[in-house]
Amino acid sequence: MARGLCRTAAGSLLLAALAACQTSRAVQQQDAVAPGFDPAVVRRGGELAILGNCISCHTARDGKPYAGGLAMNTPVGTLYSTNITPDSETGIGRWTEEDFFRAMEEGLAPGGRHLYPAFPYDHFTHVAADDLHALYAFFMTREPVHAPPRDNRLAFPFSMRGLLAGWNMLFLHETPWQPDPAQSDQWNRGAYLAEGLAHCGACHTPRNMFLAEERSRPYAGGEIEGWDAPPLEGTLAAASPWSEDQLFEYLRRGGDDAHGSAAGPMQPVTRNLAQAPEADVRAIAVYFASLMRTRSTTGRESSRSEPPAADVDAREAGGMDAGAALFNGACAECHGVNSPRTLAGRPLLGATTSIHADSPRNAIQIVLHGIRPEQGQRGAYMPPFDATLSDSQVAAVLSYVRSHFGGGAGWRDLEGEVGRIRSGR
Amino acid sequence: MISLNVNDAAHEVDVDAATPLLYVLRDHLALNGAKFGCGLGQCGACTVMVDGRAVFSCVAPVGALQGRAIRTVEGLGTAEKPGAVQRAFIEEQAAQCGYCMAGMIMRAQALLEQRADPSDAEIRDAMDPSLCRCGTQMRILRAVRRAAGYLTAAAGGTSQRASR
Repeated sequence: MARGLCRTAAGSLLLAALAACQTSRAVQQQDAVAPGFDPAVVRRGGELAILGNCISCHTARDGKPYAGGLAMNTPVGTLYSTNITPDSETGIGRWTEEDFFRAMEEGLAPGGRHLYPAFPYDHFTHVAADDLHALYAFFMTREPVHAPPRDNRLAFPFSMRGLLAGWNMLFLHETPWQPDPAQSDQWNRGAYLAEGLAHCGACHTPRNMFLAEERSRPYAGGEIEGWDAPPLEGTLAAASPWSEDQLFEYLRRGGDDAHGSAAGPMQPVTRNLAQAPEADVRAIAVYFASLMRTRSTTGRESSRSEPPAADVDAREAGGMDAGAALFNGACAECHGVNSPRTLAGRPLLGATTSIHADSPRNAIQIVLHGIRPEQGQRGAYMPPFDATLSDSQVAAVLSYVRSHFGGGAGWRDLEGEVGRIRSGR
Repeated sequence: MISLNVNDAAHEVDVDAATPLLYVLRDHLALNGAKFGCGLGQCGACTVMVDGRAVFSCVAPVGALQGRAIRTVEGLGTAEKPGAVQRAFIEEQAAQCGYCMAGMIMRAQALLEQRADPSDAEIRDAMDPSLCRCGTQMRILRAVRRAAGYLTAAAGGTSQRASR
């Protein structure tokens, strides 16, 4: 972690040099515009806002919609989302359409202030003008909320917004998105949405030392808030490949019968997509199903080699037996073969992505915190076990599950990982 | 033999380590407050407290709970001398069939030990995993608010939040 931070700091010095060469434009802030928006355009903007999942970042827990204030923990500190309701003092009520376009395409607020790319303008820059127009109409017709922005807590030098001028020079590619003539309309629709509004790469693409997406490795997997965002370009170690229908089910319903439930940061995404136009969600599914087919995904090479020495020791010390006992008491009611849940069509653990992943991170998160639908909403519910099981007990259970359900080579330092995730490191 | 500390009393039970706590409480220790509702950690009728936190006892293997402080509704008070949360639930008449009640009370107790003065939203969120099928949820919420007031008063403070 410290090493990553040093690299990022070194990167920032480079950006500072670049920023010095780049002059920020000062933009005249205009008076509040009188909205007179076509209801059909506003509705369209609402659908696009759902696809962009704006509400999840721009709404604090228990806060008013789009009023900002959500804390986002990044490797360089804590950022707070802004108020994008049309409040004239604390929101974007005074923004012209040109101001809105500039923010979405270039990451600039009126007055030339740089926005942090935690706001994924590097994706929104690909959104077509018609769609930006509709989004503007939508946001300008939301309920204004007086909510002053919270100060970010970023360590120096990341607190210097001017550095972003350099960052944009290197990493903001404002080329308009082009459809691929060799692909279907549906595929292109999915690609346009995924690359633009839905900003899937913001989590699912790895980032370089400048915290920009590695364009040479699109969808090779990333991490977000203590979770792994699995790769979507075909290298995913899944028990079974994802079909278009399964991806659609997963995105729309928050889970599918062959791979399991959405968890962690994917939950708000799937909740949103449940309300998006169905054709758009299907197009996104088509796009990613196609990307996932670019390499072989039919089952991973099953590892018959000896597990690493550490895991063998655990087994011999009776670690596996303890894990089996814990599994039987805590997990088997739902996850055992012939349990009511598996008989009702829930996939066995061996089908789930987290059990097959190289990192135990997602599996640990799920065991500790469970899976919970939004309060009052339907959805998969798994109880949390952080209060029941200690770090070594979680490690024993997951070690057993990984081995028993054919997940692959034993996970290293499981107990240490559990401790780190539990304490949020 | 499994050693358990329940309501500050030590117990030795001869059960398989995989046995969920709920069955040990009911079948071996005659602590029948916690109820079997689903056995899957989905309904909350079995909720008890372990080291101050609400857990589903139906998916808590006793092998994992040795040396931990387990509390059940029986440990909060008696019919003659109910604890603060129990008293609040009685006064608000929060029970209809009563099956969810022990779990609700323990979940409320765990919440109030963590947050002395929770907001309505926090109460709803904390109580969410416990289900009531008779429909007394509004009474339960009022009872939790009332209990918060009792506990705050007992600690010598006043509630900052207006009850609605």
